[in-house]
Amino acid sequence: MVKVFNYVKQSIPYLILVAVTMPIVLMYAMLFMGSVSRSLYGLVPTEIKFENWQFLLTGYIQAPGTGTVEAGRYPNIYLVTFNTFLLAISVGVLEVLMTSLAGYAISRYKFKGRNTFLTLTLILHGFPSITLLIAIFYILRVTGLFDTLLGVILVKTALELPLGIWIMKGFFDGIPWDVEMSALVDGCTRLQAWWKVIMPNVKPGISSVMIFAFLSGWSEFMFILVFIVTRGYWTLSRLVQAMIGEWRFVDYGMLAAVSIYYMIPVVIFFLFFQKYLLRITIASKGVV
Amino acid sequence: MKIGGKRIKINYLYIFLAPATILIAMFFLAPVILTVLISFTSMDVIGLKWEWNWGENYIRMINDRWSRKILFNTLFYVFTTLACFNVGMALIISILTTHIHDRVGSIFRALWLLPRITPSTVYAVIWLWATAPYPFGLWNWLLVNLGIVKGKGIPFLGYSFVELFGVKIVQWPWVIIVLVNGFVGASFGMIIFTSAIKSIPVDFINAAKVDGASTWQTIRHVILPLIKWPILFVTAYQTLSLLTSYEYILLVTNGGPGFYTTEVWALYSYHRAFEQYAGYMEFGYGAALASVLVAIGLIAAVVYWKIFKFKELMIEPKIEVL
Repeated sequence: MVKVFNYVKQSIPYLILVAVTMPIVLMYAMLFMGSVSRSLYGLVPTEIKFENWQFLLTGYIQAPGTGTVEAGRYPNIYLVTFNTFLLAISVGVLEVLMTSLAGYAISRYKFKGRNTFLTLTLILHGFPSITLLIAIFYILRVTGLFDTLLGVILVKTALELPLGIWIMKGFFDGIPWDVEMSALVDGCTRLQAWWKVIMPNVKPGISSVMIFAFLSGWSEFMFILVFIVTRGYWTLSRLVQAMIGEWRFVDYGMLAAVSIYYMIPVVIFFLFFQKYLLRITIASKGVV
Repeated sequence: MKIGGKRIKINYLYIFLAPATILIAMFFLAPVILTVLISFTSMDVIGLKWEWNWGENYIRMINDRWSRKILFNTLFYVFTTLACFNVGMALIISILTTHIHDRVGSIFRALWLLPRITPSTVYAVIWLWATAPYPFGLWNWLLVNLGIVKGKGIPFLGYSFVELFGVKIVQWPWVIIVLVNGFVGASFGMIIFTSAIKSIPVDFINAAKVDGASTWQTIRHVILPLIKWPILFVTAYQTLSLLTSYEYILLVTNGGPGFYTTEVWALYSYHRAFEQYAGYMEFGYGAALASVLVAIGLIAAVVYWKIFKFKELMIEPKIEVL
């Protein structure tokens, strides 16, 4: 009797966890099932079909109710994917470059205004940058960067910088001074020492910042929605959003297929780099 | 470096700092100031002309017939999501997953991370679909099959109320909005609480057990007091995030159904500035609404900086050469 009671008692945490986590599992299962079935009732497909995935072969998606009219087509899926990738990789590379430069300076130099700079980045990290949308719109219009991917890349990079600088500073702090001292004694400049000796030592930091910035750029939605007008510069988030409006009451299968396609890099990182993701999400402010 | 026989010492410090500083100044600092400046104009999105009207936008904001409703909405949204998910659910998950086998626990935690790393538009697709009418929507399909509701099920995103004994408690769209944001928001606290709980020395918990404390008493009197600071940090940080975030609301209900049912302050600012269909595009007024959030954000960020002793992170480098 006592044994049974103990079993019940030990299973309580599991039961609660399963109950609260179930909605997440069910919803993602629904998304996946929906992408490979003709029609989905709850979680039960009427028929397993891969026709939703046809856009990968034809390269385009036709808006519902437009037949085969060219004007009813969304931008080419591969162009949109390329834009998304370009945005993500550019944000990643710029982010790594700028944060490791600035992080190094903060970790190694004693200079006037260092405290101000650090305080500022920290305060900005806590600051909700999405409230600046209107002013950034103005700046992009004035500088001619409005409706360009470059504009979105720069804005995105800038807003991620404070966090990245702090991450990189932490990694630089962990490297003993002797390492670069010997390089400096050997006649390297500060810049050479940074590039040749220090950077190879902070690879974990670089990959953290890179993965975080890449995923953040890959998922970016608000800036694309507000700062991009030309359909040729759309990214996958904008495509999915446009499709929600037109497909919502027509065919979720199509939306599910594009959504899953969009999630591929996210899922890869989720499955193989969870250690990084945990480290990153702690540091990232996240949307909510 | 030698130029014209003269040795010039390059200050590499500037090379290191310049790129980041320029970008931060251009897209972070300047916008803070610009938001406030624009809020004193009647600028529109097309012309972008500086027509000063001084405090008019702010007076209008106070007299706006919707601003009180939206303010109330915002407070309700922030408080409910924070209490139920960002802190509440986060605590439940982190305490439970650290009490069971660690492998299994980390699987549950990983699943809770999934909504956060899912692109917002995809996450919105999932929720819009799950809340669709029977037989397509997952929730209604479950509810109808379990015999809880009849017909097409509950119009989750339409005009419908959660009723208990015939009393209308809350509108369904609000429940959905809290769930949508909550399932994303819980993971932030979850991660921080989990690492805090894991860093509690085992002796503390064992000592409590030896003294005959039940599991609940251990949680209440040992674990919770020890993770007081992380809880405060998550509460403070997430309040600000919830107050200013509107991406998911924009995608799922867009403030609807009808007039501003689920509209929050930040979304209202966005709508006023950018919503073309409604013919607003009032940059000045939108900026005034945003300025309120910018002010709250700045004050909060400075206060956090003080409270959470971030200053200790800023110790100067021990050695300095050149």
